[in-house]
Amino acid sequence: MSTRGLDKSFGSLVVAKDVELTLPRGERYALIGPNGAGKTTLINLMTGMLPPDRGRIFLGEEEITTLAPEARVKRGLVRTFQINTLFPHLTALETVTLAVCERRGVAGVFWRRLPAFREAVEEAHQILVALRLGASWRRPTRELAYGQQRLLEIALALATRPMVLLLDEPAAGVPKDESAELFDVIGGLSEDLAVLFIEHDMSVVFRFARRIIVMAGGRILVEGPPDEIAADPRVREVYLGGTRHG
Amino acid sequence: MTGALRAAAGPLAWTEAEGRWRPLEAGFWVATLLPFVLVPSYLVLASQIAITALFALSLDLILGYAGIVSLGHAAFFGVGAYAAGILSKAGWGEPLSGLVVAAVAAGSVGFATSFIIARFRHLALIMITLGLGVLLHEAANKVHWLTGGADGLQGVRTWPLLGYFPFDLYGYTAYAYSLVVLFVLFLAARRMTNSPFGLALRGIRENATRMPAIGAPSRAHVRRIYTMAAVIAGVAGALLAQTTETVALEVLSFQRSAELLVMLVLGGAGRLYGGLVGAIIFMVARDRFSGINPQYWYFWIGMLLVAVVMLLPNGILGGLARIRAERRRAA
Amino acid sequence: MIGPVLGVLFDGLAYGMLLFLLSVGLSVTLGMMNFVNLAHCSFAMLGGYVTVTLMNNLGWPFLATLPCAFLAAAAVSVALERGLYRRLYRASDLDQVLLTIGLAFISVAAAAYVFGTVLQEIRVPPYLRGAVTVLGVRFGVYRLFLVGVALAITLVLVLALEYTRFGARVRAAVDNQRMARGLGIDVDRAFAVTFALGSGLAGLGGALAIEIVGLDPAFAFTYLVYVLIVVAVGGLGSIGGSFAAASLIGVSDVAGKYYVPELGAFLIYLVMVALLMWRPAGLLGRR
Repeated sequence: MSTRGLDKSFGSLVVAKDVELTLPRGERYALIGPNGAGKTTLINLMTGMLPPDRGRIFLGEEEITTLAPEARVKRGLVRTFQINTLFPHLTALETVTLAVCERRGVAGVFWRRLPAFREAVEEAHQILVALRLGASWRRPTRELAYGQQRLLEIALALATRPMVLLLDEPAAGVPKDESAELFDVIGGLSEDLAVLFIEHDMSVVFRFARRIIVMAGGRILVEGPPDEIAADPRVREVYLGGTRHG
Repeated sequence: MTGALRAAAGPLAWTEAEGRWRPLEAGFWVATLLPFVLVPSYLVLASQIAITALFALSLDLILGYAGIVSLGHAAFFGVGAYAAGILSKAGWGEPLSGLVVAAVAAGSVGFATSFIIARFRHLALIMITLGLGVLLHEAANKVHWLTGGADGLQGVRTWPLLGYFPFDLYGYTAYAYSLVVLFVLFLAARRMTNSPFGLALRGIRENATRMPAIGAPSRAHVRRIYTMAAVIAGVAGALLAQTTETVALEVLSFQRSAELLVMLVLGGAGRLYGGLVGAIIFMVARDRFSGINPQYWYFWIGMLLVAVVMLLPNGILGGLARIRAERRRAA
Repeated sequence: MIGPVLGVLFDGLAYGMLLFLLSVGLSVTLGMMNFVNLAHCSFAMLGGYVTVTLMNNLGWPFLATLPCAFLAAAAVSVALERGLYRRLYRASDLDQVLLTIGLAFISVAAAAYVFGTVLQEIRVPPYLRGAVTVLGVRFGVYRLFLVGVALAITLVLVLALEYTRFGARVRAAVDNQRMARGLGIDVDRAFAVTFALGSGLAGLGGALAIEIVGLDPAFAFTYLVYVLIVVAVGGLGSIGGSFAAASLIGVSDVAGKYYVPELGAFLIYLVMVALLMWRPAGLLGRR
């Protein structure tokens, strides 16, 4: 996935300026920057939830700048949300099954009962098991622990069989005792998948990212491998002197 | 069974169980046969209740399952009623085909407006549904050469059902007819809510923002359910026209849309039976208190609404479900 | 030739000003808290009945009753906000709609019980009756008064919003509630005051409306529809939007009834649906 010259402003507030980035297949990139740097906005632009003022977005060879969000998902560009955006009264199983059915194009079927779609339900269950949620498939989302809900966010994204996965602060708000599972899952993501994640917790960033992109004030400041970024004085400055801990 | 098989059987078996008929449901439908035996003098009222229940069911599909707040659902009820009525007045009074015509008419209007409806949310949506409902009401009033205007449609004659059962003052045919149509459409609705489409609708209701992010064509889903709900409402309207052999302008009124909303909320939206239960309670109460000055009636409706919102946000069925869950937890 | 057109235009504008007074409160509170208050016109009705009672039963002069109408409506709104509305700020659209419709039903029934269903009339003071003729166009004195009051209030509102600290807080809260809270603004309190103000203005509007459209218990619903149209078309949270929309709707309605009476109310709804489809957030709205 790549973007070329992406611009976005709200009146006089510039949230993205001339953003150019390329995310190759199989890579693990981290997007960091202080609050208000425009990271989530960038994800909104990439996924089509926000239309850019200028610029173009590509998925592989195909330009997707004008495609609706659901069309981008069908082509393999998927995101998770910083704040859990789940279905409170649906069980974990129902949640993932829904995504699986949408992917398979059967979500419009209203004349056959859900149990008739065995493979969809089983696939959903398999995804939950793979994400350490196998024991909780029966429970409504709102009854799950926060860390489990974060995992469900990712499960939901994975159910769409993405090629590019944008994780918006996957570890945000997860208590320390629940984060180990989360990190295992992130570490275990398929090698074919291109992952871009926004994070504030530097330990997570340095653990998983092969390349780091630093944003500030809507622009990309610098990008490079972790050790280069860690040594770069501009990065320290942008974080107000010294590394931040999530 | 090995461990893996048991795990795989779990989710599927649970999904199967979710859609199975509960004994209480079967009991409910058996109970609907009671009026024939217990209160045969009230069969006309019973048929009215069945029709209203069907109408409430159609609103539940869009409100309870897809989260669309509509203040103009009576539009489809009215279109169905007038379609059946005008057809009958033009000389064709066969009831079942009348239902089909009404379904097509209401469904077409629903389909056309669904393109508008699916694009909006919150206040704009409420206003548009209200506006469209009022527009249709005004339009029907103006074309009085077709609809009879404020005087209503006269000269509706319904032929005997299946060529054999006449519609009479006692209401046996009317109630049986309405009840069967209600049951058949209920089965269809029930199947729909247990289908992948039903799951998608609940997704839209629970979190409309998330749906596009998992690749769901929300607008297409909304258009589909809105059209289906319009069809069902239209059939209900046609039933009313056929069983009462009149069509009054108020079938399109805001009052009817608002009262329907009250019934559905009273019973509990999103549970399929909520609309039915609410319709029964509301209509019976209205029949009981029909002597009361209409102003007092609206006073109590208002109090009821306030009470339901503050105390019983999921309606009666929701409250019962909560009690049952608490009792299960305590056990 | 141009006389009748200008006359219709003026009458439409006057009616629009009335709608503006009735709607501005709802628009701002909806924009601030996204709280759908369908009982808004019940406050207007209350103001109207206060004026009627004070004038017809207690012999008060018309102008003196206006501040009372405002205050009565504001006071009741404060009580309702504290007692009921406050619990539903985070509730669904449906719950808010139902609660406030319920309250509206109760108010209509109460009004019918206390005052009966007759159309209430008042006798405005002689200096507000009659008409003046300027350049061949007939301007009703009362309507001139109405336009004057509305413009004065609009001016006060706009100035207050732009130049007072409270106004700045309100603007911030309408713009981005979460951020406003984050900045330490007491959004709830700002809302409560705004809500009282808006309801008070509705009460004032109700009092002023008696002479133009009469007052009966159905007022709470009849004009609710128009108010909702104005708010939806004008854009939530926008005073300018409400002003423009109210004027547009007022003129459309009067012109429609004058020139194309067969269409009746049809025209207004058509205008609304069309406008909403073109601009779903309203003429000047942001959401």
